[in-house]
Amino acid sequence: MAKSLEIEVNGKRYAVSYAPDTPLLYVLHDELGLTGTKYGCGEGQCGACTVLIGGAPRRSCQISVSAAATKPVTTVEGLEKDGKLHPVQQAFLEAGAFQCAFCTSGMVMSSVGLLQANANPKREDLVQFLQGNICRCGTHPRIIKAVQRAAKMMQERAR
Amino acid sequence: MNTIKQNFVAEPERFEFTAAPIHKFDLARREFFKLLGSGIAIFVVAKDAFAMQETPAGSRSFHNEELPKEISSWLHVGEDGVVTGFTGKAEVGQNIRTSISQTIADELRVPFESVRVVMADTTLTPFDAGTFGSRSTPTMTPQFRRVAEAARDLLIGVAAKEWNVPPEGLVAGDAKVTDPAAKRSLSYAELARGKALAQNLPAEDPVTPATEWKVAGTPLPKVDGRAFVTGGHQYSSDIHLEGMLYGKVLRPPSFGATLSSYDDSAAKAMNGVTVLRDGDFVGVTAPSVHEAQKARDAIRTQWKEVPQVSSKEIFSYLKKNAEPSSNERFRHQKGSVEDGLASAAHRLETTHNVAYIAHAPLEPRAAVAQWTDGQLVVWTGTQRPFANRDELASLFHIPENRVRVIVPDTGAAYGGKHTSDAALEAARLAKAAGKPVKVVWTREEEFTWAYFRPAGLIEVKSGISKEGKLTAWEFHNYHSGMSGIETPYDVANQHTEYHQVPLVLRSGSYRGLAATANHFARESHMDALAHVAQMDPFEFRMKNLSDARVRAVLEAAAKSFGWPRKKTQTGQGFGLACGFEKGGYVATCAEVAVNRASGDVHVVRVVEAFECGAIVNPDGLRNQVIGAVIQGLGGALFEAVEFENGRIRNPHFSAYRVPRFRDVPEVEAVLLDRKDIPSAGAGETPIMAIAPAVGNALFDATDIRLNNLPMVPNGLRAAGTKLSS
Repeated sequence: MAKSLEIEVNGKRYAVSYAPDTPLLYVLHDELGLTGTKYGCGEGQCGACTVLIGGAPRRSCQISVSAAATKPVTTVEGLEKDGKLHPVQQAFLEAGAFQCAFCTSGMVMSSVGLLQANANPKREDLVQFLQGNICRCGTHPRIIKAVQRAAKMMQERAR
Repeated sequence: MNTIKQNFVAEPERFEFTAAPIHKFDLARREFFKLLGSGIAIFVVAKDAFAMQETPAGSRSFHNEELPKEISSWLHVGEDGVVTGFTGKAEVGQNIRTSISQTIADELRVPFESVRVVMADTTLTPFDAGTFGSRSTPTMTPQFRRVAEAARDLLIGVAAKEWNVPPEGLVAGDAKVTDPAAKRSLSYAELARGKALAQNLPAEDPVTPATEWKVAGTPLPKVDGRAFVTGGHQYSSDIHLEGMLYGKVLRPPSFGATLSSYDDSAAKAMNGVTVLRDGDFVGVTAPSVHEAQKARDAIRTQWKEVPQVSSKEIFSYLKKNAEPSSNERFRHQKGSVEDGLASAAHRLETTHNVAYIAHAPLEPRAAVAQWTDGQLVVWTGTQRPFANRDELASLFHIPENRVRVIVPDTGAAYGGKHTSDAALEAARLAKAAGKPVKVVWTREEEFTWAYFRPAGLIEVKSGISKEGKLTAWEFHNYHSGMSGIETPYDVANQHTEYHQVPLVLRSGSYRGLAATANHFARESHMDALAHVAQMDPFEFRMKNLSDARVRAVLEAAAKSFGWPRKKTQTGQGFGLACGFEKGGYVATCAEVAVNRASGDVHVVRVVEAFECGAIVNPDGLRNQVIGAVIQGLGGALFEAVEFENGRIRNPHFSAYRVPRFRDVPEVEAVLLDRKDIPSAGAGETPIMAIAPAVGNALFDATDIRLNNLPMVPNGLRAAGTKLSS
């Protein structure tokens, strides 16, 4: 197959050999080996495949790789900087905000996206924003707590 | 042979279980040390396994090359000081990896960080029947405590020999053996160096009482937490092998349909595609999921379908098709229900329907299979790795020791991953393609071809005296199962029975099994009885309850909840429910808010008290308890599998509603730590009282009694209309 498409993920450019109509999720997960982005439903209903495209949280199962290639993509693997976790990751870890953790990447990416748009969200904003992310283990209260903690950490860092 | 098979009788509703043969572990000792490096190894053998061996226990300390056949757990202390525990249990989000690590660290007196646990690998770990029935904590933690204690003694023995002193004066702690008299010490790593010492011993009760635990009993964070927040952890669906292909299976349009015409020429013409047809099994492999899907969809087929029962008629079907009960195990009788009803001041009859629900673990079934020189290795998310191994061996007619099943920590299961579906499909396709193959089920496949929590019909008949004491109790469960079927209340005249019905949909275990259905029916009925007796539901229960542990959780939940509460707004309601199962005791109080205009129901606050003996990790337990409450809200309020003509009508998250952030109440877990009672499991029982607690709160808010699960799939207004018609 001809490598006709290029995509920028986590600051690195990749040549893509998968067909241009392939959902971004499969290119990230299967072709590029960035397996932190998860398949959970394939219909944009569970949020496990959430990545940032041009800084905005998007369901990577719902967008073709060719459409996604126009903007830089960030996956959960791209959040760590110099061995230091992103505040949202750190907060999830400290709050123990996961059980089976299969939803965690998507929860983290959605939360990062939310906090970029709204640095000081109210509880109701979090509930509203994360409504599209499913956690089947019922860890929701800790996830809310973790995102609130992350918001505080980010505000303190920005000061 | 293993302790589970000895002590554990599977509940009849575990329909997915097939009779498994007794398997033997056949890794030789030499191989064991080759795999792990030199050191010290301890093996625990089931108590009764010892008695069954031909040679007396004392003489079996590894004079032969073979490990004993009936080993239930083992532990290795390496030259690098790393302590490795081995268990056939799987980590599926219940956090047992952390509790086992804590237990080993505690008893061996080593830092928590130096312990690792190898789990659910049929080549490396001892046989295990499966991770189900809340058995991991009660079976594995005492065994690892015993094995760690023996390792400690062995290390002391090695040090005593080294120093030529009696072992009695030596002390083990901080990962070293110390001789306080001579002020010298040797680390476990130093003691293990160059050794290939092994010892096996019978499993006995744990020696260190919970009151003296130091690492166990503390809220340590989940092992490998960092790998989960960075996306680094590799689930089965993330495993990638060199040259690996992706497999897709062609599914019939309806259950039981058979192929009548078939044309795969278009699929076969596609680049890199292999098509396998084997009877009614049709699968394809391709270099990517997307291409595999396209190839699968290009196969033209016609199917012969068969008529099926639909969800609309399922409950009358269950009643009509019940099999005459011949099994005494399904029936429990005491006194005379007839007499009890005759003497009652009030009588009540209720009927409860419980819908099929799906586990819907966020990671669907997945497997990667690789054949090398006739040896098969499969990575798959399953709760029963050894059953998977045996099914694979039998499918391909190869010995079990040529199949290895490895279970990476899995994206949840909830009782839904006991079968070998994805493993069999991946292995079959890998064999046909001559390359490693990955199969990941789609959400639709998971909602359609996995198994469900069975539907059920429950009939309850009771009588109470003028003073509000139960005089008669009759309880019939059709199809859903007999877990939690026995009433915890004191009643002289009772008849409890489980009626089997042939399967309609593929069904099996689900977190708590039928305990949720049976508690919903019983606790809703008890609430209605309290209302008839004009008593407070808490007081009514306490009056009929002498079990001290159920009373304790009920009192604890009521106290934290502030029972009895006064209503401060319209549409507000409070309810409670309690019970026990699998060594866990639970009481749940719920507050609901009903919007009378829209019929919308919101669960505002839940307090759940839970007691399961000595707590191994309070933080992990809290996560499980709160998680069970939230998951249980789905089945309580809106989850139901709809089916017609052999098709699932709602096989997507867009059509099958699971609890989301907006559905989540404030949840408080009150954990009672009974250090005087051995630890029981906690993965299941915390789920079973939330549905009746919410139902009883809805009655308190509206005077509408909702007797079926789910209670309000379309809001309360629809449910209310249905009730009055």
